[in-house]
Amino acid sequence: MEKTKKLHKIEIIEELCKGCDICVQFCPFDVLAMNGPVVEVVNLEKCTACGLCELHCPDFAIIVTKNK
Amino acid sequence: MFNYEKYLRMDKLPLIWCAGCGDGIVLKSMLRAIDRTGLSKDEIAMVSGIGCSSRLTGYVDFNTLHTTHGRAIAYATGIKMVKPEMTVIVVTGDGDATAIGGNHYIHAARRNIDLTVILFNNHIYGMTGGQVSPTTPGGFFASTAPYGNQDNAFNISGLAQAAGASFVARGTVYDAVKLDRMIEKAILKKGFSVVEVMTPCPTAFGRRNRLGNGAKMIMDLKKVSVSVEKAAKMEVEELNDKIVTGILMDVDKPEYTERYLKLMEKLQNQSK
Repeated sequence: MEKTKKLHKIEIIEELCKGCDICVQFCPFDVLAMNGPVVEVVNLEKCTACGLCELHCPDFAIIVTKNK
Repeated sequence: MFNYEKYLRMDKLPLIWCAGCGDGIVLKSMLRAIDRTGLSKDEIAMVSGIGCSSRLTGYVDFNTLHTTHGRAIAYATGIKMVKPEMTVIVVTGDGDATAIGGNHYIHAARRNIDLTVILFNNHIYGMTGGQVSPTTPGGFFASTAPYGNQDNAFNISGLAQAAGASFVARGTVYDAVKLDRMIEKAILKKGFSVVEVMTPCPTAFGRRNRLGNGAKMIMDLKKVSVSVEKAAKMEVEELNDKIVTGILMDVDKPEYTERYLKLMEKLQNQSK
């Protein structure tokens, strides 16, 4: 039986995001990408909830919730 | 993962800083460090001067004071003398603390008064329009140095060490976890503590010097950072273009408010 992996949650608060690209640069698995004025989650399956994006977001715009 | 709302004035968001500015990362690091110390919001007074970094006090829910240019340490000294039980944190920039407030900075270090100075070093006066600051490296461009800066840069941490501070550390916004630990130690340290934080200014410094956007400038910080332990084994010439990070000094010395209160007690007993 194939294991179904539960995804972690990445919340982007669009009103606070300035599109500075810092989180995209820090993400080790290319989960995030800049495809417009604010950051987008493009590859949620690869997210390991390491929290580097949240840690380095200067604008409190990313909240990562680890799936237990 | 960490609940920042507890310490923020949420109605003041979004932050005023430009996209790519590292000041927000330092703000978050400070909040995490304060949380680790276990101090309550009422026990902390945060004082700032003028500049980009000094806007920080407007966003945090402590006892805050936004003062005149360069005088943050002077105001903080006043608070500490009146309320020695309070934890006083000064938030200041490189121009604010070492140019306009240069004397306050070195003399507070000499006195060894129990303040924690978080110094944002972005190599430029950002808010006022990109003028040369005492930490602008030689050869770099600024609005008041259109042909390249002819002065040498200050070593802010070295200055505090030489002037007599108890605790001096240097961190970068690239390594935010390490920065948390430094700020926590600085707050808990009895005596004058300085944490110099290297943070990028993509708007006033990066653009004029073609250093890329804020994200690239932060990634570049990693390449030039060297830990204190590693730097000890390197030659002086090799360290010229490097940023030495870590705890540079941590010594125990008599603290000013304690000495002052002891003297006051002694003199009051004499007059009885």
